[in-house]
Amino acid sequence: MTALFNFPGGIHPPEHKTESNGTPIRALPLLPHYVVPLSQHLGKPAKPCVSVGERVSGGQMIGTPEAGVSAAIHAPTSGRVSAIEARPIAHSSGLNGLCIVIDSDGEDASITTLPPPHEDREAQLARLRTMGLAGLGGAVFPTHIKLAPGRHENWPLLILNGAECEPWITCDDRLMREHAEAILDGAQLIQNLIGAGQILVGIEANKPEAIAALRHAADTASRSHITICPVPTLYPMGGGKQLTYALTGRTTPSGGRTTDVGVQMFNVGTAYALQRAIRHGEPLTRRIVTVTGAVNTPGNYEARIGTPIAALIAAAGGRTSAAHGTLIGGPMMGFDLASDEAPVSKMVNCILVKDSQNFPPPAQVLPCIRCGACARACPVSLQPFEMHWYARAHDFGKVQSFKLFDCIECGCCDYVCPSHIPLVSFFRYAKSEIWAREQEKDAADRARVRHEFRSFRLEREKMEKAAKHAAAAKAKTESAPTPAAMPAADPEATRKKAILAAAMARATEARKAIVPKNTEGLPADKVREISEIESRRASLLQSVHDSIVKEEEEESSPAQKEAP
Amino acid sequence: MSPTPSVTRIMTQVLWALLPGIAAHVWLFGPALLFSLVLCASFGLLFEAALLKARHYPLRPFLGDGTTLVTAALLALALPTLLPWWLYAVGMLFATVVGKHLYGGLGQNTFNPAMLGFAVLIVSFPAQINVWPAPAALAAYSPSLGDAYDMIFAGARLPIDAFSAATPLDSLKTHLRAGHEASSLIAAQSIPTLQARDLVALLYLLGGLYLLARRIITWHIPVAFLGGIALTSGVLYGLDPAHQAGPFFHLLVGGTLLGAFFIATDPVSAANTPVGKLLYAGLAGLITVLIRSFGSFPDGVAFAILLMNSAAPLIDAYTQPRVFGHRRRHLPGDKP
Repeated sequence: MTALFNFPGGIHPPEHKTESNGTPIRALPLLPHYVVPLSQHLGKPAKPCVSVGERVSGGQMIGTPEAGVSAAIHAPTSGRVSAIEARPIAHSSGLNGLCIVIDSDGEDASITTLPPPHEDREAQLARLRTMGLAGLGGAVFPTHIKLAPGRHENWPLLILNGAECEPWITCDDRLMREHAEAILDGAQLIQNLIGAGQILVGIEANKPEAIAALRHAADTASRSHITICPVPTLYPMGGGKQLTYALTGRTTPSGGRTTDVGVQMFNVGTAYALQRAIRHGEPLTRRIVTVTGAVNTPGNYEARIGTPIAALIAAAGGRTSAAHGTLIGGPMMGFDLASDEAPVSKMVNCILVKDSQNFPPPAQVLPCIRCGACARACPVSLQPFEMHWYARAHDFGKVQSFKLFDCIECGCCDYVCPSHIPLVSFFRYAKSEIWAREQEKDAADRARVRHEFRSFRLEREKMEKAAKHAAAAKAKTESAPTPAAMPAADPEATRKKAILAAAMARATEARKAIVPKNTEGLPADKVREISEIESRRASLLQSVHDSIVKEEEEESSPAQKEAP
Repeated sequence: MSPTPSVTRIMTQVLWALLPGIAAHVWLFGPALLFSLVLCASFGLLFEAALLKARHYPLRPFLGDGTTLVTAALLALALPTLLPWWLYAVGMLFATVVGKHLYGGLGQNTFNPAMLGFAVLIVSFPAQINVWPAPAALAAYSPSLGDAYDMIFAGARLPIDAFSAATPLDSLKTHLRAGHEASSLIAAQSIPTLQARDLVALLYLLGGLYLLARRIITWHIPVAFLGGIALTSGVLYGLDPAHQAGPFFHLLVGGTLLGAFFIATDPVSAANTPVGKLLYAGLAGLITVLIRSFGSFPDGVAFAILLMNSAAPLIDAYTQPRVFGHRRRHLPGDKP
């Protein structure tokens, strides 16, 4: 497999790999506290299964996966749970998230190791469900779901993603150099689990040592089906769909996954973690993190999940005097870290401390001149300048018609824009607006359905009530005595009626006696007008009275007819 | 850190690329072009500043971005030198105020501002605009800098025939009307100013190749524009060689090369998709030759480009590239 395919667009930003890839991966000393976020993966957060004050061992499950897309969380070391509370986490929102805080007891005692390697596929899958694995390339999709049988047919092709196309990041590079054997072992385990026939490992050509190490590890008879494929150094080569296209020429359909074209992809770090989980029974409690940029000794560190980022920066010699701000991830797709107290989670592959030399303040934004540099750089062949134009005009339907949701937010357009327009920010904004409107529309639809049902229910109740009354009235008239017999039968009622009539007559007399004061001494025409109005009102009252009497007569007439 | 030049850098490169053509023009036709360049630039910056002020935009980034200077240079190169100063002012007024700011400023204009200014002048003042100074070597009298100053600012009128000459396109038209045959005219070099203008045009081509090399422009528009011109004029010449000039004539004369590399490529007013650019520029080339051959104006580049500017959004809408992962390109009327 040497044929390579060129996806459209792409850019060559300065690589900045040598700052951190020259030294071996270093371990960190045991820390007094670890802060383990419950949401470190795509999907639902894990549910805490320990309580405050409880003693835990290293590797013990402290958060169970929820149903659906979720992953387990494990204790990074032995100690005591001192708090389960919201703490700053490494997330682009800068919001706090629920974390389990573990005070280390200094012994770093692990739970008894799991039994030796399982060869049985079902047993391996069952174990992986509890190991908390998630894609370590940055997407952190729970690994056991990608491996679960029955979701798709067999995937004939497994691709390991070692492209690592973002500038500055070298954690996969170092891992491939130092653990090539374990990575390929992990790849073969995955291959057995998903029933793949062939394995390709895609690595950008700027990592010759990693390529050599993997080639060396693959150079045995049992690994003849594994091909190490150097791919051109071109950002965003590490995107799943981009690497799939570069290696196979298969285009993943819009809105689909690479599995739709028969490819399942795992990051090399994930393959390594899977190998540790199956061969050594280790849950995912540590990962390699690149600490680079404006720190005194940049390099790669094996950090336990939950290590405060401040501790990692300190381990890398601390910030230089030129440092300002910190990125999580690379310069293209990373986000600004809100607090150094945030811990390393499964998604933190790089801590990049910025300085003004490599990260100057943003330049003055000028209007778009439609030069099309963004369209030429776009790896998805979008027209970012058109999308920007309509996003600015809040014409989100139009933005969507330019395939907004195919945007992978890789940042190539931002990088090449001569007017320095933050295009990806516009697209994220447009996406969130469209989602918000969809939700509003859904809510409005639900409210409308509720309202319509309520109207229907009220109408139905009214009709039911009317039917009941009619039935009752019918029953009453059937059992009632004849009208002719009524007065005689009920002298008390006649007496009451007489009293009522007398009272009404008195009231009428009294009303007539009261003369409205403001009608005194009016000119003759006004008096005539008033009398006209009065007569009109009287005739109206009369007609209303007549109609009521008529209705009453009609209502009682069937009874009268039946009566004789 | 950004590898792509900023807007200012793009415009500076365009000005650099115009320099060889400008230098050759000054060398062959005398220094009067310098006056018109400075005049257009000054009026352009003045109008730009006034409009920015009126619209509450910051002056520095927009005056310094170089777009006004490029517009001014293109208008000055499109117009004859030695016009009275106020004609340049009118041209820049329409280019900057109407062509650019009334549409919303930088990046929003439908039409190429310089061509809009040129079109207004040629429609409103055809008599003045058709007086083209002859190459210095051919003219009976070559105006000095002082003469140029007098003519532009003081309204002095030298006898026109002493310094001017018809452009190749004009003289072709005149001769054809007089019943001569096109091929014999060109072969006999009875169109006087051809070689001097060819040299200037070829230097514009050189500047255009520089822009291509620096990736300021892509190949699509120049190639399609020149292709459209060559194809159309080739067909017309094949049909009626007596009354039509051949493709080589059309490729070198008038504003062809300046238009192909510097005017039609203006990204704001051109089509922007790869296929759209080919269509846009190819049709502009076709219309250019049709106007030259059958219209009443001597050159058709400006009107062809303006016409295609107005069609650019439509062309873009129907030529969207196929997005990665989609089966086919998006067309207007498709669901998002």
